[in-house]
Parts: sequence; structure tokens; C-alpha cells
Amino acid sequence: MLKVERISKTFGKGSINEKLAIDDLNLTVNKGDFIAIIGSNGAGKSTLLNCISGVYGIDSGSIMLGDINLTKLPEYKRSKFIGRVFQDPLRGTAFDMTIEENLAIASTKNKSIGLQRGLNKKERELFREKLALLDMGLENRMKQKSKLLSGGQRQALTLFMAVVSEPKLLLLDEHIAALDPGAAKKVLALTDEFSKTPDLCTLMITHNMKAALAHGNRTILMKDGKIVMDLYGEERKKMTVEKLIAQFDIDNDRMLL
Amino acid sequence: MTFGAVIGSVELGLIYSIMALGVFLSFRTLNTPDLTVDGSIVTGMAVSAMICSIGGNPWLALIAAFIAGCLAGFVSALLNTKLGIQPLLAGILVMLALYSVNLRIMGGRANIAIIKSDTVYKNFEELVQSQYSSIILGLIILILITACFYYFLRTRLGFALRATGDNEDMVRSSGINSDAMRLLGMGLSNGMVGLAGGLLAQYQSVSDIGMGVGMVVVGLASVIIGEAVFGTTSLLRRLIAVSLGAILYRMIIALAFNLGMPSTDLKLISAVIVTIALSTGVLGEKFSIPALFQKGGKNNAKS
Repeated sequence: MLKVERISKTFGKGSINEKLAIDDLNLTVNKGDFIAIIGSNGAGKSTLLNCISGVYGIDSGSIMLGDINLTKLPEYKRSKFIGRVFQDPLRGTAFDMTIEENLAIASTKNKSIGLQRGLNKKERELFREKLALLDMGLENRMKQKSKLLSGGQRQALTLFMAVVSEPKLLLLDEHIAALDPGAAKKVLALTDEFSKTPDLCTLMITHNMKAALAHGNRTILMKDGKIVMDLYGEERKKMTVEKLIAQFDIDNDRMLL
Repeated sequence: MTFGAVIGSVELGLIYSIMALGVFLSFRTLNTPDLTVDGSIVTGMAVSAMICSIGGNPWLALIAAFIAGCLAGFVSALLNTKLGIQPLLAGILVMLALYSVNLRIMGGRANIAIIKSDTVYKNFEELVQSQYSSIILGLIILILITACFYYFLRTRLGFALRATGDNEDMVRSSGINSDAMRLLGMGLSNGMVGLAGGLLAQYQSVSDIGMGVGMVVVGLASVIIGEAVFGTTSLLRRLIAVSLGAILYRMIIALAFNLGMPSTDLKLISAVIVTIALSTGVLGEKFSIPALFQKGGKNNAKS
């Protein structure tokens, strides 16, 4: 489904701070895959997702999503096929707009944007029904501004907004890192549920080793802009957190948890 | 303050309201302080006055003033989005450039009087035969603009525009071209400012190259005063508050004149008012006047 072929990305080319963030990387994601991406800070995980989503242009290589060549498309055009959730809960919603207005924006991805009414009764009902599935009481707060939500609620809403327009690809950049354990568990459970959507590919960056093995069907380890380990099937089932940690130097206590 | 002075400030205030709505669109909705306003309001005045002075239809002159304002806004937005110039600096550049452009529109003259030409105010006065005709006309136009603006902000396009000011990342990840939204927003914003300029020229029967100085400050003052005094609970209320803020601002200025302030101190007083208004904004919503009448923000506590 997603085919990333030999992509490279260098920041600050020609300067003292030149950094090769992605180094000739290949990755094929099959339909329905849910991949957890791990790796120490600076390994290129976020850069990889940002290259796929179009935040950064790549220096070489190609990115194909099905038959669609994403390589040269601007970020906003790629977004039609891609749902994203960022680490910072503030980045996912328009804070001064209501929950239902946020949802309306997210659900217009594949519709034309013109002078139609932003929200009609039918859509409101649909949003209310779907929000109830999150089980956070958001369906009764649809007219409240999203800045009034807690981080966990906001992240759940963002995740919901990311999948509401049925994307082909879901990119999660440490989307539970800023949440308290309870909220993180809840959002992770929702992630599991949404990732079961047929044909949806999910890429999730995490620093949580346990989550990286317990969720999804594949685990990828990145180092210095390359994929150094790709676990799936039986091999992945046999893998333990301890063994995984042994695979690379730990310099971050958070990873042990 | 005399009754005539009050009427005069309301008449002017109704025109400035439209400009304030334009400033609201850039400053609040797009979250970008836009200095293009100082130039685009004169562009509107110049275009409107020129069309009136050659005997053109004054309504057509207003539409042309709107379009001219839009174009100025587009340039500012393009400098910002395509060339990566900071919005504040882009506004200053366009404002500066517009000074020359405006002089060209006015045929190289620093001012154009249109006392003998048809204007919408004169035509309307003949029609209704009332001493309040300017207020009625101003009110009709303002209501029309506010209604269109309100309707627009509630369309899908309007949603996208508002979200662009809130969170550009979110807009782009929702498949919306945020640069196009900025272009649209800045265009509309300066279009409204140009329209206000067009009305102003016809109301005062003169277009003057120096009229634009500090207009953005007047617009900001109207937005901030209006929001602080009349509240921001819903979008419609906010738009009305901004309009009323512009009228209130004119009243304050008229009162200051009435108390003996020399007219040459006007800009200083405007700057002081905006400084006070902005700093109370820093103190938070707690200090806004509507909040003083409520019992300690219960609505927020619920969440």
C-alpha cells in the first residue's frame, strides 16, 4: 500500500550543522498494517513521518501510496489521503472553534470547500453519534470550544478527526507521549480500534517499548536514519521488552517504562 | 457634547465599523496584525473619489473601492506566503508602496474634493428626506456587510479560514491549502477596509492621501474596545461588538475634542487608547466589562 523507496533527507545542507536525517531508507507497508516505530531521539522517526506527510520535501527517492505518487505533492494535497496526530495535543485542533466545527473541518477533506453551510443538522447528528463511541462525554459538549478540553480529550478528538474522513494512512507521532497514564491508555485503545479499519495503514512512533510490542502487527527500530530491525509474525511474538531494549543503547529512562 | 457631535460620531462610527470588521478578520480570525490597512483605506478612498468625480455611479465606486482593497490585501498575503516575508513587514511594505499607488490613482494630487459629485449619501438623503439619512444609510450598509460576513464565517470556507488563524498545522493536515486561505482572508479583510475608505470619501466629500495614517490603530482600538465592552460569547455577538466598538471609539474621540483636546493630539490619544486596551487584554478576560457583571466565570468551571 505505502511504498517508500530509497528516500534521503539532509537538513542544513552545506552548513556546519548538516545532518543526514534519513539515509537511503526503504519501507513497504501492507494494507491493514499497524506498525510501531521505535528508536532513540534523533534516529529519524519524526522526520520519516514528516517526509511521508509532506512537511519536508525529500532529497531523493519516491513515496507511493497505492497508485498515487506522493513524492512531489504539497502537504495539504497529501493530507487528503493521510490522517495525522501530533505529540502536542494543541496542534491537532483549532482551539478557538467548537468541537463540532473542528469535526466539520476534518470531515470536509474529500468534499469541495465553498460557500455551503459549514454544519448542517444531519452532520451534527452524525458527529454526535460517532463522538459517543469515544465514551468521553464529548457528544454533549459539541458547542464548546476545543480549548476547554483536557489534553487527553483533545488527543482523542484529534485521533477521531484524523480517521473521520477515512484516510488510507494514519500517522501518529508520539501521540500519547504528553498524556497521563489513564488518558494514554484510553487513546491507545482507541488507536487499536481505529487501526482495525479495513485497508488502513497505521504508523505509530512511540518511546514506550511495551506499547511497541503490544500494539499493532509490526515493530520497526530506527537508528541513524535507517531501519535496522523489522519485526513481525512469530519473531515479534517471541520478542520481549528486555530483549528489545538490549537491541539498542538506552539513554532514555522513559523507554524502560 | 452637543447632539450634533453625537450624530456626527455615529455617522463616522458606522463607516469605521466596516473597517473594524476588516481589521477583525486579519487581527483576530487570521491572527495576523495587518498594517496594509493604512494604505488600503486610502486606496478605497482614492478609487471611490475618482469614480465619483468623473460622474460615475457612486455605488459602482464603492464596489470598485472594495475590489481595490482586496487587491492590496492579496499583494500583502502573497509577500507573506510566497516570499516568506513576515506578515508585519509585508504589511509595512505594501502600505509604503500604496502611498505612491494612491497618489497615482488620484492623478498625482494629494487630495480630491467631490463636493459637486453624486455620492451615495447625497442620493440617499434626496430619497428619504431625513436629517438622519446618513445614519440610516450607514446602518443599512453595516447590517448588510455584517450579515454577509457572519454567513460567510459559518460556511465551510469560513470554517477553514477561521481554523487557519487558530492552527495552520491542523488546517494543512485537513487537506486545506492554508496559503490560499491567507490570501482569501487578507483580500476580504482589506476589501472591507477599502469599502470603508470608499464610504468615507463619499461621506466627507474628499479623499486625502494623509487620511490613512494610523487607521490600523483605530481599527485595532475598535476591535479591542468592542470586544472588551460588549463581549465575545458568540460569533455574531463578537461581530456586533466590534462594530459598536468603532462607534464607541468615535464617541470617545468626540468627547476628548469636546473637553478641549487639540485635534493635533488625536494620534497620540489613539495610541494611548489602544495601549490601554491591549494591556487590559493582557490582564485577561477577567477584567473585561461583561465579566465584571458575571459571577466569576462559572461556565468555564464546569469543564
